[in-house]
This record gives sequence, C-alpha cells and structure tokens, in this order.
Amino acid sequence: MLRLFRFWKPYLGSVLLAILLLFAQANFDLALPDYLSKIVNTGIQQGGVESAVPAAIRQQQMKRLVIFMSADDKVAVLDAYTLVDQNAADYAAVLAKYPAVADEPVYVLQATDPATLDRLNPIMAKPWLAVSGIEQALADPAKAEQMKASGFDLSRVPPGMDLFGLLGQLPAAQLATITGALNDKFAALGDKMLIQAATQPVKAEYEALGVDTNQMQTDYVLATGGWMLALTLASVVCTIAVGLLSARTAAGMARDIRRALFQRVESFSNTEFDKFSTASLITRTTNDITQLQLVTVLVIRMVFYAPMMATGGIIRVIGKDSAMSWLIAVAVVVLISLILGVLVVTLPKFQMVQKLVDRLNLVARENLAGLLVVRAFNMQPFEEQRFDTANKDLTAVSLFVNRAMVVMMPMMMLVMNGLSLAIIWVGAHQVAEANMQVGDMMAYLQYAMQIMFSFLMLSMLMIFLPRASVSGDRIAEVLAVEPAIRDPQHPQAFPAPFQGSIEFRNVSFRYPGADEDALHDVSFTARPGELTGLIGATGAGKSTIVNLIPRFYDVTAGAVLVDGVDIRAVAQHALRDQIGLVPQKSNLFSGTIESNLRYADKDASPEQLQLAADIAQAAEFINAKPEGLAAEIAQGGTNVSGGQKQRLSIARALVKQPPIYLFDDSFSALDLKTDAALRRALQARTHGSTRLIVSQRVSTIKNAEQIIVLDEGRVVAQGTHAQLMESCEIYREIALSQLSQEALA
Amino acid sequence: MMLMGGGRPGAHGGGGRPGGPMGAMFKGDSARDFRGTMRKLIQYLGRHRAAVLIVFVFAVVSTAANIAGPKLLGQATTELFEGVLAQLGGTGGIDFDAIGQIVLQVLALYLASALFAYIQGWIMANVSTDITYRLRRDLSEKINRLPLRYYDGTTHGEVLSRITNDVDTINQTLSQSLTQIITSAVTVVGVLVMMLSINWVMTLVALLMIPLSMVVVGLIVGQSQKFFKQQQDYLGHVNGHVEEMYGGHVVMKAFNGEAESIAKFDISNNQLYASAWMSQFLSGLLMPLTMFIGNLGYVAIAILGGWLAVQGAITVGDIQAFIQYVRSFTQPITQLANISNILQQTAAAAERVFEFLAVEEEIPDPAEPVQLAEPAGHVEFRDVHFGYSPDKIVINDFSAVAHPGQKVAIVGPTGAGKTTMVKLLMRFYDVNSGAILVDGHDLRDFTRRDLRQLFGMVLQDTWLYNDTILENIRYGRPGATDAEVIAAAQAAHVDHFVHTLPDGYHMILNEEATNISQGQMQLLTIARAVLADPRILILDEATSSVDTRTEILIQRAMDNLMNDKRRTSFVIAHRLSTIRDADLILVMNHGDVIEQGTHAELLAAGGFYADLYNSQFDRPEASLAA
Repeated sequence: MLRLFRFWKPYLGSVLLAILLLFAQANFDLALPDYLSKIVNTGIQQGGVESAVPAAIRQQQMKRLVIFMSADDKVAVLDAYTLVDQNAADYAAVLAKYPAVADEPVYVLQATDPATLDRLNPIMAKPWLAVSGIEQALADPAKAEQMKASGFDLSRVPPGMDLFGLLGQLPAAQLATITGALNDKFAALGDKMLIQAATQPVKAEYEALGVDTNQMQTDYVLATGGWMLALTLASVVCTIAVGLLSARTAAGMARDIRRALFQRVESFSNTEFDKFSTASLITRTTNDITQLQLVTVLVIRMVFYAPMMATGGIIRVIGKDSAMSWLIAVAVVVLISLILGVLVVTLPKFQMVQKLVDRLNLVARENLAGLLVVRAFNMQPFEEQRFDTANKDLTAVSLFVNRAMVVMMPMMMLVMNGLSLAIIWVGAHQVAEANMQVGDMMAYLQYAMQIMFSFLMLSMLMIFLPRASVSGDRIAEVLAVEPAIRDPQHPQAFPAPFQGSIEFRNVSFRYPGADEDALHDVSFTARPGELTGLIGATGAGKSTIVNLIPRFYDVTAGAVLVDGVDIRAVAQHALRDQIGLVPQKSNLFSGTIESNLRYADKDASPEQLQLAADIAQAAEFINAKPEGLAAEIAQGGTNVSGGQKQRLSIARALVKQPPIYLFDDSFSALDLKTDAALRRALQARTHGSTRLIVSQRVSTIKNAEQIIVLDEGRVVAQGTHAQLMESCEIYREIALSQLSQEALA
Repeated sequence: MMLMGGGRPGAHGGGGRPGGPMGAMFKGDSARDFRGTMRKLIQYLGRHRAAVLIVFVFAVVSTAANIAGPKLLGQATTELFEGVLAQLGGTGGIDFDAIGQIVLQVLALYLASALFAYIQGWIMANVSTDITYRLRRDLSEKINRLPLRYYDGTTHGEVLSRITNDVDTINQTLSQSLTQIITSAVTVVGVLVMMLSINWVMTLVALLMIPLSMVVVGLIVGQSQKFFKQQQDYLGHVNGHVEEMYGGHVVMKAFNGEAESIAKFDISNNQLYASAWMSQFLSGLLMPLTMFIGNLGYVAIAILGGWLAVQGAITVGDIQAFIQYVRSFTQPITQLANISNILQQTAAAAERVFEFLAVEEEIPDPAEPVQLAEPAGHVEFRDVHFGYSPDKIVINDFSAVAHPGQKVAIVGPTGAGKTTMVKLLMRFYDVNSGAILVDGHDLRDFTRRDLRQLFGMVLQDTWLYNDTILENIRYGRPGATDAEVIAAAQAAHVDHFVHTLPDGYHMILNEEATNISQGQMQLLTIARAVLADPRILILDEATSSVDTRTEILIQRAMDNLMNDKRRTSFVIAHRLSTIRDADLILVMNHGDVIEQGTHAELLAAGGFYADLYNSQFDRPEASLAA
C-alpha cells in the first residue's frame, strides 16, 4: 500500500489543505456543545447574567458593595466604573439603557478587556452575596435566623436603622472581623460557585436599574444560538470543501494509477502475462483500483478527521474537568479492546469468506460451462456434491462472522450508554462540589460521545484498510515488474534494403517455470521469397518457434537472426513492423471490419483493404453484409463465425504487406476448398515475402520450398515434400494419413 | 476454472456497484411483481417464521428500552440542576438518592436492551445464513435439471449472477436490513412520542428537519444519479478496452498497437475521472449535509429549549434529553428512506431467483424405463425432424442406421447439422418429430442416466475442471483405480506430455496452467473417454486440433477397443483420413443427409462428397508431386 505513495505526491497540497479544513471543522463541531453549556449555565441558570461584574450599578448599591471590599479592591472596582448623572454627557444614552438613572446617578462600566473583568469577577462576587444576604435577612426573619447562626445577629440592630450606613462607618478592624467571618463562609463554596450565586443579586440589580431582565435573558440565549448557527455553517462549508478535495484527489489518484498500470501491462511480454494471468491483470486494473479509490476518500475524510475529533474532544474535556477524564479514558480503552478483539477474530475469517465465495463461483461456473459433459458422464450428483461442500464451507464461516458482528453492536451501545450514566453520576458529585456546572456536565456528555464516536470510526476503518491494502499490494506488484523483453540501449537498425530472411541458430528455449526445454538446438533458415512449412506433433514446438520470431519470448540459448541481425539487438517496434502475424487464435477487436483491417496499417488505401480481403477469401462474406466493411465487430468477435474470424485475421496481416508472414495454423477453421483457394491467392500475391506456415495439414505446405519437421522440440528433418517423403518416416506417416496414395504419387 | 478450447471470451471482472454504504442510494432495478415475490420470500422463510417473529419482538423491545433511556437521564439532570439551585440559594442540596435511583433504572434498561439486541441478532444470523445456504443449494441443483434449451437463451453470466449477486442481496437484506427496518421504525415512533411528551413546540421544530433533509437528499441523489450513470458507462468503456487489450495482447504487440491502445485508454480514463470525482463528491456530501441539518436542528432546539426553560415550560434535563433524541432522530429516517430502495432491489433479486427455480425442468424419465442387459449398440435415426427454435429447423427428415460395431462418419460444412446430431443422440434435446432408437428402443424410453452410460463423448469444446489431471481423467469413470487412469492416459498419448509438466499427473488445472495447449486439452478429454469405455462412442471433431500423427496412434488404440467390444462409433470430423475408414459416411448439408455410403461409393457417385474430397488438392493442372 505504501509502495503506491508516489501517486499521492502530486496531491499532497490538496490533502494538506483538506487536513487543515478538517481541523477547522473539528473545532467548529466541538465548540457547539460549549455554546450549549453556555446557554444552560448562563442563559438559564444565571438568567442571562454572565458575571458578577454588572454593566451598571446604582450609586447607592455601590456604596453598600464597597463596604465589603478591601481598600485595593475598592480602588480597582471604582476605577472600572464611571459615575453618570444628569449632567453627564452621555446621560441620554445611559437613560435609554438604564431608566433608573433618572432617579439617581449610576455607575457605568467602562473597562471592557476580559483580563480586567476576570479579575474583578470574584472581587465583586463576595460583596454582592454579602449585601444580598443582609438585604434578605432584613426582609425575611427566617433568613435572619440563618444569619444569626453564622454569627451575624441582626436582632441587635435597632429597627429603622440604616444598617449599611452603620457598617460603612465601622472602623476598619471591626469591619474586617465581620467580612472575615463572611469570607470563611464563602471560601467553602469556591470562586465559581460564588460567581454563580452572585448573578442572582446582579440580576436583581438590573431589574432595579429598569432593565427588562427577561429580554436580557432571551437576548442572551438567542445571541448564543446565533453563534452556534454561525459555527454550524462554517463547519458545513469546511465539509463541502473537504468533500471536494478528497473526491478530486481520490479520482485523480485512481486515474493516475490506472494509467500507469495500463501502460506497464501494455509493455509486458508474454512471460509476464503467463505469470499473472490475463484475468488477474484485468481485475487488478479494474476492481482493485476502484477499491483504492473508495478507500482514499475514506482515509482523507475519516482517518484524519476522527483523530482530530478525538484529540479536540479530549483537550476540551481535560479543560473542563480533569477528574472525570479518566472515565472517558476507561471507556475508550474498553471500546477499543472490544472492537479490536472482535476484529482480530473476524478479519482472517473475512478473507476466508472471500476465498470461499470465489471457490463457489468457480464450481458453479465450471458446472455451467460443462453442462454437456456433466450430463454425458452422469456426473450431476458429483457436481452437486462439489457445490454443496463449497456451500457448506462458506455457510459455516459466514455464520461465524455474522455472529461475531452481532456481538459488537450491542456491546458498543452498552459501553457508550454506560459511559453516559457514569458521567452523570460522577458529574453530579462534581457539580455538588462546585467543580463544574450542570451545563458543563451536559457539554461533557456531548464531548464524551463525540470522542467515543471518533474511536468507533477509526476502528471501523480497520475493516476497510486491509482490503485496500491487499488491492494496493496487487497493483504495486504489477507496477514493480519490469518486462523481460526490452529494447537494447542502442538499438541497431536492419541493413537496408530489408530482405526478410529468418535464421534460427542453435536455438534452445524453455518456458519460464518449466523443467524441460520446449526447443532443443533448433537451426534452420527461412529465406525471402520462399515458403517454409513447419509440421509436427502437438507440443512439438511449432507455435513456440513462431512466438520467438517477433520476440514475444527470448531464446534461452542460441539466437534468432533476421537479415543477419540478432533480433535482441533491434528495437521491438522495428522488428514487428516487418512482420505480419496471423496467430493461432484469431483475435478481433471491437469496432468495424474496416477498423480491424486498418489495425495493421492506419494509412491503408481502400484498394489495399479490398485487395487484402479478396486474397483472404473474405470479400464474399463482407459484401454479403449490408454495411460491408463498416459492419460491426462485437467484443471478442462473437458475431462472426470462426472461419470468418480467421479470414479477417489473415486479411489484416495482408493489409500490412510485410516482408515476413507468419501463419500459425491459421487455416484450421477453413474447409479444404477455401483453404486451397486462399493459398493459391496468397502464393500469387506474396511470393516475394518470406512466408512461414505452421500447419497440421500436409496439403497446406506440400509446395513449400522447405519443410521443417519437428518432433518433441527438435528438428528431425528438413527438405522438400518429395525429399521428406523419401527420407523421413514421420513425415511420410503424416502425409499418408491425409492424402490418398494417388494424390501423393 | 474451466479450460475452453472453443475460444469463448472469459468471465469479466466487472467494476462493481459504486460505494459501499452509499450503495443503496444507487437506484437499481425493481421487481415486476413486488407483492408476489415478497410473499414467496416469506414462504421460503417457512420453518423460521417463529424465529423471525421472536426477532421482531426482541428488536422492538430492545429499541424501546434504548429510547426510554435519555428521558430518564434527563430527569436525573433536572434533579441535579434543581439541587444546584437549591444549594446556591442555601435551601437544600442535591438529592443523590434520587439521582442514583434513576441511574440504576436506566442502567437496567440499557442492559436489557443490549441483551435483547444480542439475542435477536444471533437468531437473525442463523436464519439468514440458513436461507442463503438453501437458496444456493436449490439453485445449483436446478442447474442440472433444466433442459439445455434453456441455456441457449440465457448466458452463463446471468445464471451465475443469480447464485452470487442475487442471493447475496437477499442475504444482506435478511441479515441487516430487515431488523434495521424494525429498529428504525420503532426508533422513529418512539423518539417522536418521547419528544412530544417533553414539548410539542420543540417537536414541531425538530420535525421540520425531516422535509428539509428529504429535500436536500432528494436534490443530491437526483444530481448524482446522472453522474453515477455516466461513471458506470465510462467505467464500462475503460474496462472493456482493458479487457480487450489484455485479451488480445499478442495481436496488439504483433501490430505495434501499443501507442494507439494507450491513447484510446487515456481518452476514456480522463472521461472517467471527470464523472468519477463528481459522483464521489456528490455522494460524499450526503452524510455531512444530513449532519449539518442535524446540527441545525441541534441549534434550533438549543435556542428554543433554552428559551422555553427560561419560561419554565420545560426543565433543563428535558433539553438534554431532547437533544439526545434529536441526534438519534435523523439517522433512522434516512435509513427508512433507503428502505424502499433496498426492498425494491431485494424484491428484484428474489424475483430473478424464484423465476429461475420455477423454470420448467426436463421431461422426467419414464416410470418404467427400458433396461438393456447386453446393449448391442444398434442405432437408428427414423425420420428425425429437429430445430433449436420452432422457426429454424436444422435437421430435416433424416434417417440412417448404424449397425453394432460400425464406424459412422458424419461430414459436411460448418452449420450443416453435425453437432446437432450428437446432441440428439445423447438426448440433450428432444426431436421435434421422428425418433432415435437404440437397440430398437426409443431413446425416450430409457432413463437419461442409463442412456448416457451407453455413450462416450468427446466434444469440440474441451471441458476440464479445477482439479488435478488425474482426477480430470477419472471423471470418465469415478472409482477407477490410478492404474486404470494412467492406462487410459497412455492410450490417449497423454502420458508423455504430462511428464513434461510440473507436478505431472498431480498438476492442478486452472487458469494459471502453464502452456496446456489446445491439443493437450483435447488429449485429456480423449483419455477421459477412453477410461469410460463406452458402448457407443461419439467423437465430435475431437481430433481436429490434434495433429494427424498423434491421431493415428489414438485411432489405433480406439480401433483395438472398438474391435474388441464391437463398439459403435459416430465420428464427426473435417479430416478425410478419419472418414476414409468409416463403414458408413453420412454427408450433411443444410440440415439434410444428402448422401450416404462408403468412401469408394461416394467418390464414384461424384456428388457433394466427391467435390469436397477433391478440393483438398490444388488445381488439377498443378503437379501433385512436390
């Protein structure tokens, strides 16, 4: 998989951009629960009041507050505010916001920087609570009792007395004692709790100022909501952008790899095709690349996104409360072990399932292909048994895999749900100890879920990656192969003018992987203007010889020379330009008859095409078709008969008008009459070229200037028909079996 | 992997459906008779009906338990919240007992839910695997019971696709989609109920998400369909080109067609790229966009919920619960939307499967078949008429007699009807009218099994299967000893070349077979027939790919066999050497036997046969000697 990394390189830019966007998106998505917690904490619980530092305070109230502040604090606080009365410049503006300013001057908050506000927050919280506590006690006797219990006995204050005035005039030391007692009580609650509590009196203050606190609350909720909306939009924009980038990257990569693979395979020689098998190469160029493409998209979107979500979530979680993060850690560990456990068990089974499915297909395919044979040999029960075995095997493994997966889902749900419960339980205690607020807990829940989900996604990817890795390996395997047949560094040219003589000089050849030579020490020469026939038993090596001439394979000993030049020294292209090959299996390409003929020579004139068709005895059936040369050929040439395919194959070679013709048993599908006519026409037309004909029929090569008899990879005899009839027993046998005595006389 | 001598194009790899999880989005085919097919499918469930019912019930219970969770948890949060307020106000504290109780209740619910889900999944896995097994088995058995006529009109690929793709689709639906339907439906309803119980206004807002997401999904799917189709088309072009070029590699190389091939490939490849990224992009948008709408809902709920909580209409815990519900609302809806698509596909697949299973089988064997104790091998054709299709009669009024032990040669140009004769003899097809008699009995009076035991067949299209050479030969007579197999191999001159192959007789024949030539394949099929040692032998152009030298040797072996047991043989060949020795030559053209006789007689008659024979020579003027 990594071997294919070089295909990623051009897209590195896009990928990095995508990662950045994903990072942004992750942050946007993770911020949402934050805002939710704000709504709950500030919006609902605190009534829209964000801190203990109000935007405005009535003068009278301020006087009360500063009683409970230290001297330094008092200065800091008063510094932050400006007193506005009827004479002030911005009176009108302030009046609009705080109608109470009509009755008394109001302190308006000037400082806006968060640092100052943060500092002032706890400083002002305690006084607020103190003042509000006293005010409540003054109003409510029950509360007064409570205060008495904490050492503040109001009953000793004469009724009607301005308590605050009194307090304000207490000497510093005494005041300190009172505030000290209060501070101890407050210390137990902690800063956060204090600020939370202080928002109540602050809210009361706003009301006293004439502010519509309900509106304020609603405004806050809406504003926060608005931010959430903006975040969501931003997140979706990122998603779309990432989707675009990943789609282009994946498709682009697929295109590049496909091209590279195709080019590589086209450059292969027969050896590589034997090694990989045609069907396997096709699958690698099609299916495997599709797999890779799918996975690339997945990788970009999830493999990068999930960890970012996980880390982002973890960071926020730790930020909120590190005490609870161990909960999430435990849950993650449990989840991952569960998934990995299941995967470790099921992944090898997945691969097995694939193999078993292939096997099932194979058995069914064979049965279908051999319907006649199966019935002829009454092998139906055998075939059914074969299929049943494969079926049972597949079923057993499928069942196992299914059951394993069935375990996973409920377990995962249970872990996630269990985590929620744990968070709520532990969270409740944390809230009680003022370590977090309720809204925080809710946000925590969301983060926890998101983290779990990310890990889930990552684990799921484990299923896809191996499959893609297999595909990647298969592709890389092919790309790594260098074709065995290559052009030399400095290719020689054939001496001009090109004659077309072919010489086999002590040629031995062994197919890769075989343990015996297919050709032993073969030597002969096919001369220009002559017909050379090759005849022999099956497996004698005739087709092998034909394959060696266009250099589809390289000899393992000896040399093949064309016009005196070793074919390994010339460029393959130049060599094949001189050769017209009609292979044993006629192969036509989809298109028209004309396109197939022109395959040999794009610039052939219509007359050339016609001539070639005539010679190949194909003109008759071509003209019989309404479209003539423009008649369609389906893929694989399935819409023409075997004999017609062969004739077109021959015509194709003729169009090229090459100096060398190679006919590999090319007349086998023709009946004797057509065979004879064809050879007559060929003789007339191509007698100047070197012609090598491999044939089973003696009649085809009887008139050759030279006949080479092969047996088990060796040349056993060479000569003319007459000579061989006399000297070679094998030849005689073959000939006699085909022609009657009189014909041979 | 079969090895074909006939040169048929191999099976395609295929590009496959786009996208895994998005696969359902791609509108596939639909069934013609949805209801009928579904009914049949349910019938097929048969003995599992009780199990499936349990599965349904469990799924419902499990989902319901899961749904109740968030609401209860919300209560816990509310408890907490109020406790906090009380604590701040100094009026009290957090009631951990109450919270603890709720937590335990919910835990119990979740545990129950998981348990039920597990059991339900287990049962479903069993049911679906069993059904898949049975479907496949039934299909495979059906293959061998259908008349060959059926396969004339259906490609192998189509039949294979029933066993693989279609059964897979059904399996997928049964194991996953079925329970998904239940859980999704229950989730949607349950969540809806829960949401309503909290606050109907918020529910309305949440519900707004549905039409919104449907519109979005519809838009995207609509747009992407176009590109999907394009992508499939171009993929087809690219793959077709790849297959052709790889399959015709030799020709491509021989004619220096590399450059052109790559140029053509580039065009298709680039076209593919254009539609591929577009359709990938669009289909990839689906999930994020639905998540976006989900988030929108989340925001809306948060705002509305916050506002309502401020008003005192709902509690803080309700917000939390509602959000959890909303989050789990969108997924089941998209799943349900997919369901109709999935069900359609499944119905289409099931329809194809049942259609195949319902095809009329071969005429059954007679109840009281003829049994020959000592078959003589007398074959008679009597006024046989036959055609593959009613309007195309291939064999017209044919009559001939072959006496036991005779060698009958059938000759004629391609398309004359020769292979058809063989198929009729073996009763692969039934004659339209007339009769074929063996030892005086009509073919149809035998069981097919008995009939075919009489014959030994070697066809033009070689067929071998994925096993060792030894086993492939043994196919002719299962139970033959290794010695007998090797003897048959030697008689067919297979032995020599087998020793040049890696692993010899134990070499497994498959696609990657190294250089098993066509001729060698044919020799193997001949060895198989030799082993079968039949009373009536049929050679269908079998020796045309084997060179005549080897053929002589085989013929000698065959002759020995024939002479010993008085075997009747029918030989169909182009080779006049084979025909020359025949006791009777049937000359066919355009479906009719136009001449009968021995070689000498026919030559003397100077008719079609004589013409054919003489054409193997060159012009009469040209010298026959070299």
